[in-house]
Amino acid sequence: MLNQELKFSEKIFSDEIRQEPTRDGFGKGLLALGEENADVVVLSADVAASTRCHWFAEKFPERFFQIGIAEQNLAAVAAGLAVSGKIPFISTYAVFSPGRNWEQIRTMVAYDDSNVKIAGHHTGLLTGPDGGTHQALEDIALMRIMPNMKVIVPCDAIEAEKATIAAVKISGSVYIRLAREKTPVFTGKETPFIPSKAEIFWSSSAKPQVVIIACGPILYNALLAAEELEKEGLVTVVLNNHTIKPLDENKIIEMAKKCGAVVTVEEHNVLGGLGSAVAELLAKKYPVPMEFVGTQDVFGESGKPEELWKKYGLGVKDIKEAVKRVLKRSK
Amino acid sequence: MESLHENKVKLLEEIAGQLRQDVIEMIIEAGSGHPASALGTAEIFAAFYFHILNHDPKKPDWPDRDRFVLSCGHICPVLYAALARAGYFPVDELKTLRKLGSRLQGHPYRKSLPGIETSSGPLGEGLGQAIGMALAAKLDGKKYHTYCIMSDGEQDCGSVWEAVMLAGKFRLSNLTAFIDRNNIQSDGFTEDIMPLESLREKYESFNWHVLEADGHNVEEFVDAISEARAIYEKPTVIIAHTIPGKGVDFMEQDYTWHAGMMNKEQAKKALEELKTLQGKIEISD
Repeated sequence: MLNQELKFSEKIFSDEIRQEPTRDGFGKGLLALGEENADVVVLSADVAASTRCHWFAEKFPERFFQIGIAEQNLAAVAAGLAVSGKIPFISTYAVFSPGRNWEQIRTMVAYDDSNVKIAGHHTGLLTGPDGGTHQALEDIALMRIMPNMKVIVPCDAIEAEKATIAAVKISGSVYIRLAREKTPVFTGKETPFIPSKAEIFWSSSAKPQVVIIACGPILYNALLAAEELEKEGLVTVVLNNHTIKPLDENKIIEMAKKCGAVVTVEEHNVLGGLGSAVAELLAKKYPVPMEFVGTQDVFGESGKPEELWKKYGLGVKDIKEAVKRVLKRSK
Repeated sequence: MESLHENKVKLLEEIAGQLRQDVIEMIIEAGSGHPASALGTAEIFAAFYFHILNHDPKKPDWPDRDRFVLSCGHICPVLYAALARAGYFPVDELKTLRKLGSRLQGHPYRKSLPGIETSSGPLGEGLGQAIGMALAAKLDGKKYHTYCIMSDGEQDCGSVWEAVMLAGKFRLSNLTAFIDRNNIQSDGFTEDIMPLESLREKYESFNWHVLEADGHNVEEFVDAISEARAIYEKPTVIIAHTIPGKGVDFMEQDYTWHAGMMNKEQAKKALEELKTLQGKIEISD
């Protein structure tokens, strides 16, 4: 059952649940930061409106820099501002940043652990009709392999707002992964968000058989799957693992020991993302059977997000099947 | 910046000679490095660290210091020599270049050594960072000036032109770039690898003020910097014409010395040549 102590939205499993994209939470977070911290500056590469930093730009025009479609320079200018005491956010689509400017981020941001916050937008199949060129399914992998880089994947708009504000309190380089499409806002203002602290969103008093470790908006599907599985008599734990790096190792090991089987769920290639991070940890500390829900080393295509999730194996049904598969292996 | 007297010119030329010797000794000790452009820019580094920059080697993080961004990180032996001679760290440490545990990394690492403004080596990244520093100065109402040195080969990078366009857009008069125009790069002569000319017209069309100077003539170079500081409506680039390998006869104008390695015999010859030039590097007209 839902961990009610975390104060979720009351409409969490209702059709009337409010829908809002995580990029909106990012935009609201920037606005709040603009008010409270004069050092925060924002840079975009000709996508200020679609990455929701135009709200900041309208309110704090002197602290907003339009760099043009020049993502390499976007990272460079931000690095120069950061070494001069500013706290820059760079905001564009993840296929371009960190996709196109990966080496610039490596040298000028991660190598120096500069205080640059990188917002990667239009990630996952949620980018929908724009098609495979624009659906970033590799960005978690690209960022988590960089020394010094911290990686956060918020699950809804409220968590995205909290993550954006929290990024400023984390010293050095941070990557925040965001999505374009509206998705259910199921956490509440008071739901805790502490970077690197995974939260149990779903659990039961009965002994759980599988832990589902998820991040991003697709975490909602994991909760729906857990609810249906419970009705079928299969007890799971759902962990919101919003911070891929540094990983909440203790919590993941604890849950692996408690449940004996793991399913990871992410809107990302199964190579190199959340699932890989969890597998690397458990292989070393507490090996258990694992299944990986994500895209299976393929590019996406145009379509509605819900159609794409279904086609590429990210639906509620797919998560349930993965739980049943892993359970067979754990017995 | 104070005006340049005859004695100061002589002093800067002597310092340039010292930096060249340091460069040869460092590269020999390290076993690898990029000698040609490090030798070719010795007067420029002497002029910056001993005349142009408003800086304090004892306070490398002083917020009001001028910023000097080395974009072409591979020429760092000359930067390290200038920093050490200016007092940022002990001269003795120069011989640790490229060795395990050294603060003098093969390409500059900002976090390891005082006086390094940016990590560099991957080309085409310094000018964008210099723009960030110049923008921060404007936001904070600070008077410091930001300088960025680029190589000419580096102008092949698309990211350089992203930055050139942006500095023109923001009319960053508190930013001065200069290009070490020595006509060589790793694989050959610049105009064979990727023709750059007319560099002047390219920069002018991106809303920059363009100057050209003899990079071995300290007076001419300092004059160009003075003019750049007096331009208030746009950024300035100084195309500094230099001779790669300057001061060492067998290296001059030969692109194979971009990253070529001397043997002991060649190093000895180079040092002898440089010593005979001490204090009398010719001033071209």
